[in-house]
Amino acid sequence: MSKFNKKKDSSLPPMNTAALPDIVFMLLFFFMTVTVMKDSTLKVENTLPNASEVKKLEKKDRIVYIYVGKPTSEFEKVYGTESKIQLNDKFSEANDVGDYILMERAKKPQELQNVLTTALKVDKNANMGIVSDIKQELRKVNALKVNYTTYEGDAFRNLQ
Amino acid sequence: MSRRGAPPEVNAGSMADIAFLLLIFFLVTTTIDTDAGLDRMLPPIEPPDTDVIIRQKNIFQVNINRDGQLMADEELINIRDLRAKTIAFLDNGGAPSGSPDYCDYCKGARDITSSDSPSKAIVSLKNDRETKYGTYITVQNELVGAYNDLRNREAQRLYNRDFTDMEAEYLNPETPDNIREDLKDKVKRIQDLFPLKLSEAETASIN
Repeated sequence: MSKFNKKKDSSLPPMNTAALPDIVFMLLFFFMTVTVMKDSTLKVENTLPNASEVKKLEKKDRIVYIYVGKPTSEFEKVYGTESKIQLNDKFSEANDVGDYILMERAKKPQELQNVLTTALKVDKNANMGIVSDIKQELRKVNALKVNYTTYEGDAFRNLQ
Repeated sequence: MSRRGAPPEVNAGSMADIAFLLLIFFLVTTTIDTDAGLDRMLPPIEPPDTDVIIRQKNIFQVNINRDGQLMADEELINIRDLRAKTIAFLDNGGAPSGSPDYCDYCKGARDITSSDSPSKAIVSLKNDRETKYGTYITVQNELVGAYNDLRNREAQRLYNRDFTDMEAEYLNPETPDNIREDLKDKVKRIQDLFPLKLSEAETASIN
């Protein structure tokens, strides 16, 4: 009889957690597929200048990005070495900027359309001419709030 | 046969897996982006209805040429001296006491040939099409820095803290509303003491 009496600690049997990793992996894959990582691949060189008096750009959903810089080495053959504007995923001319801003603005919800900021991510070796053209286009479509995106640092390092 | 003592333990062996998983998830979705920069407002394209006459002494003309050299108020200066020069110009307060423009908080030289008061003073920035963007940002940074220095000084005098600090807290969406309301007035007041008046002419292509 003692054979049966041995089993007298009557604590619950340990929970079977073998299926837990599967569930968690399922969650992981779910999130991985659902998350949209919208980050256009850069086709231009984009070393931002430094500045010390910067303000943080808080709300990402109200920002429209414009990239400017020299085409990277793989696009050099086609587009040359002059600074170019990149909107979303393609190279553009300065006079496309207005349309692009209007298009991006139309995509945003109504209440954000008037508070959009245009973040200019311009390579520090770009010329001001192209930046001035962009600014002129932005003024035409009344997108007056701009942010010259920079790294935080000593501004005098730009001069070297 | 009552069950006494420690309750049955939960198997925590897979906790690490879950933690790693979360870690990986956040690692993947977080985009590391530099989202800081200099905020500026562009002037509206339609010209103002009324022509404002600005006296020459109230304009601080900054020119950048294609080689990155800087001319401020008709003289060639080093870019490192720009901030001090701008502060001297803005803080000058040249209007005589008793006149409506008199600036009682200015600590400048009160030179009659320089700006009347901070609210009258205008910084005008001009650059060439060939100017490097990096140089332009440095100049912008110094000009904004000059304003920030002066605003910090006044904020320290009035509220014992830096203006930039106050503004950052005001702009931070996590700040509670009641603190924000309070900060709003303070920020506004300091901004009015030294309003940022930076005019950018369209770029000329002068040689």
